[in-house]
Amino acid sequence: MKLSKKVALILVLAFLVTIAGGCGGSKPAPAPAPAPAPEKPKEILIGANFELSGNVATFGISAVNAIEMAFAEINAGGGVNGIPLKLVKVDNKSDTGEATNVATKLITQDKVVALLGPVTSTNVLGAVPVATQYKVPLITPTGTNPKITVDDSGKTREWAFRTCFIDPFQGFVGANFAINTLKAKTAAIFIEKNSDYAKGLAEVFEKTFTEKGGKIVAKEYFVTEDKDFRATLTKIKAANPDVLYVPSYYEQDGLIAKQARELGYTKPIVGADGWDSEKLLQIAGAKALQEVYFTNHYSPQDTDPKLVKFVENYKAKYGSVPDALAALGYDAAYILADAIKRAGAPEPAKIKDALAATKGFVGVTGSVSIDDKHNPVKGAVIITFDKDGKQIFKEKVNP
Amino acid sequence: MEDLLIFLQQLINGISLGSIYALIALGYTMVYGIIKLINFAHGDIYMVGAYVGFFAITKLNMSFIPALLTSMVLCSILGIIIERMAYKPLRNATRIAALITAIGVSLLLEYGGMLIVTPQPRAFPEVFPQTKISFFEGKVYMTNQQLVIFAVTLILMVLLQFIVYKTKTGKAMRAVSFDKDAALLMGININNTISATFAIGSALAAAAGVLVGIYYTSISPLMGIIPGLKAFVAAVLGGIGIIPGAVVGGFLMGIIEALVSGYGASTWRDAVAFGILILILIIKPSGIFGANIREKV
Repeated sequence: MKLSKKVALILVLAFLVTIAGGCGGSKPAPAPAPAPAPEKPKEILIGANFELSGNVATFGISAVNAIEMAFAEINAGGGVNGIPLKLVKVDNKSDTGEATNVATKLITQDKVVALLGPVTSTNVLGAVPVATQYKVPLITPTGTNPKITVDDSGKTREWAFRTCFIDPFQGFVGANFAINTLKAKTAAIFIEKNSDYAKGLAEVFEKTFTEKGGKIVAKEYFVTEDKDFRATLTKIKAANPDVLYVPSYYEQDGLIAKQARELGYTKPIVGADGWDSEKLLQIAGAKALQEVYFTNHYSPQDTDPKLVKFVENYKAKYGSVPDALAALGYDAAYILADAIKRAGAPEPAKIKDALAATKGFVGVTGSVSIDDKHNPVKGAVIITFDKDGKQIFKEKVNP
Repeated sequence: MEDLLIFLQQLINGISLGSIYALIALGYTMVYGIIKLINFAHGDIYMVGAYVGFFAITKLNMSFIPALLTSMVLCSILGIIIERMAYKPLRNATRIAALITAIGVSLLLEYGGMLIVTPQPRAFPEVFPQTKISFFEGKVYMTNQQLVIFAVTLILMVLLQFIVYKTKTGKAMRAVSFDKDAALLMGININNTISATFAIGSALAAAAGVLVGIYYTSISPLMGIIPGLKAFVAAVLGGIGIIPGAVVGGFLMGIIEALVSGYGASTWRDAVAFGILILILIIKPSGIFGANIREKV
């Protein structure tokens, strides 16, 4: 039912766009040149469908900055197979409906051969049906929802790709880290009951942790609106776990860490990329963040030479340390360029096949191979905090 | 022994949570006691109080006490404005109309607040450093912030009792509460008395807001909804309109919640808390401290 509604919406949009396109065509402006002989095209057009305004604008801007930087580097090196890349950038206003419109416009009017973006899962899900309909490959640098590349029946979406790991993978990495590095034998999980993100991660953590011989001694829940976790934390502390797993977002994570420490829980707390925020330190305080570890896509302090160079260039160009979104955007741009190169010709279908065949591509966020579900097989990093509560790189985990 | 210590810790958790409910419940119960209006906007005044405190500390570089006082003063003015603009024109309307207006004011403050301060939660600065106090070889913990909140709640309760029973304004309040028309005939300025009630109630909410900001370090425009509802339940539990009842009700709610999360399942907490409200209303409709007054038919 939902799907058919979406299809209908797309059809209506497509219809409108056709009309709009028709009107445009009657004017002299973009004279539909009578298909020039299949000579080498002057440039390869890539569509960028990003959140440049609205509530997650900082995410979109970071990603686009890094993509533009990557394209400039590629073009400075002679482009892809001698043809320069050109980014057609359109703002989707952090809105799902707008993300659908932008994807349609980029494909039907600008005639791009591939789409990059959006950054958030919901907006990506708005754009994927359009890419599928017009058979143009779409790469999201950061959409972590598993449904982006796999439909409800479990079939891989042919035209959708991503360059970040999916949510459950972090649960897997977190559990392995707890067992291997922290030598934990028992764990407690504190789950945000109304968050799919937290539930998904917790489920995989529990499965991995028990399979590796660990024991879950407490599993408790809270809801997003909660501010006082002391009663449940007292109960968790009494179960005496070696590690506490809290896969939520920074506001709750910060309060939980703070209150757990106030109650005298001193053992490690492990989280996921939701912990990655400057606000975390203000909420929890540096003292509460000792012995806190979380999994993330990348760390700007990683000493990998490729990454160091990227961080330096980005800082020089934009004056700030690149966040995970920038790093992932940068990799998405290079993975796409790599696929176009291997495809031999800038045609959507060939690019798609080349993307699906990506193996061992080395980017700044690690080595990437695209699996049969169009998800990258790649490593994660573990981040912890120093005495002042500043993030420090702990280790890299490869799958 | 171990179990006893855990129980003691849960009791501390419950009392510190209950102090906050009690602080908000005091304002609810006062307003209800005087004009029989459940002021649903009370929880949102608490939110405004937290934000005023936040800006006083971060933008005006105030320390804790001046920030607390600024917040209390500004919120009492806000309380008076709300009363004059939203409730006064409805003073002779049905109670349901006033109640719906209160809900409207509440939504206005929540979403207006969102527009002005953005929905993103903000981190409240640490104005007085936290120290941890531990008992029984580190088995039971308490913080100085918890003690401050507890003390402030008790002090404000006593102060309120004093105002209501020992001052002229208090006498006027009680008179208005008892019989509005008769009070008017005795030469009491009803409007000023009701305004004073709102001012005091809102100042209490503001105090709670600032304390909660410091205690939980995170504030957001919708932070008043759940504590507001819980405090309302606490006020009803203790007997709405009765000042010590609100405090006892608040502590009870906090302790019940802590014990349910600690010994039952954390997910049942709110269900049990509201279940108790229903039970109390069935058994003793006027609350724990409420006198059973039969309404004249």
